[in-house]
Amino acid sequence: MPDPEVPDAVAEVCFASDWPAVRRVQREIEQALAPFAFPDRDQFYIKIALEEALVNAVKHGNRLDPAKCVRLRYVITPDRFEAHIADEGGGFDPASVPDPCSPENLERPCGRGLLLIRKFMTTVEYHGRGNHMTMAKVRTAS
Amino acid sequence: MSTTRRPRITFEDIGDVTVVKFTDKKILEEQAIQHIGDDLFKLVDELGRKKLLLDFSTVEFLSSAALGKLIRLHQRLATGGGKLILCGISKTIMEIFELTKLDKMLKIVKDEQTGLNAF
Repeated sequence: MPDPEVPDAVAEVCFASDWPAVRRVQREIEQALAPFAFPDRDQFYIKIALEEALVNAVKHGNRLDPAKCVRLRYVITPDRFEAHIADEGGGFDPASVPDPCSPENLERPCGRGLLLIRKFMTTVEYHGRGNHMTMAKVRTAS
Repeated sequence: MSTTRRPRITFEDIGDVTVVKFTDKKILEEQAIQHIGDDLFKLVDELGRKKLLLDFSTVEFLSSAALGKLIRLHQRLATGGGKLILCGISKTIMEIFELTKLDKMLKIVKDEQTGLNAF
């Protein structure tokens, strides 16, 4: 059960497009999530979706350009995790990404990160030209 | 494997099957995935192993980038008449394979012994 006494965690960070920065942010969010004691499976889903979304922003969005930043805002409440992630890249049309589960695409190493985000989060939205996304996970009732 | 970095996998030959274990609990980082891929492809391309059994029992997290490596390894082995089998996958990581339908493409078994018997 969620603990209503735990105060909401809200933070906004802007970090460089490199892997050490991504890991730092992930650790920060893991620490922020801990007091809320989400079910283990929810925590797994959040970590995987966050990994995929941050890698997309840093690698595919900003193309690992250290001069470009990723903006992340997260809000954690006792029953919900929400993240807004924006990169400085050209964006993309999520609908144009081939379905990685189609038999003809099964052996192509692409599109699986987006699929995992979609499946593991409760809601996923892309904004503007596709370089800004919001994803949220509602706590699973125990 | 490279002498300038720590190994990302360990392996043991049991008969003609090479059993591979991972040294990291999380297979997430780009560089780590690249190193794991290099080590696995070295087993196939340079050391001539044809039957690989990857044991994931120590692995807690796996990203889609790692899945890409597994797909390429499967393709490489299949092209050369070899075979790839995965075992020891946790329930949560199994969800990743099921959601991406890779459980249909890759042979996945419960444990090492089952895997050894499945080649």
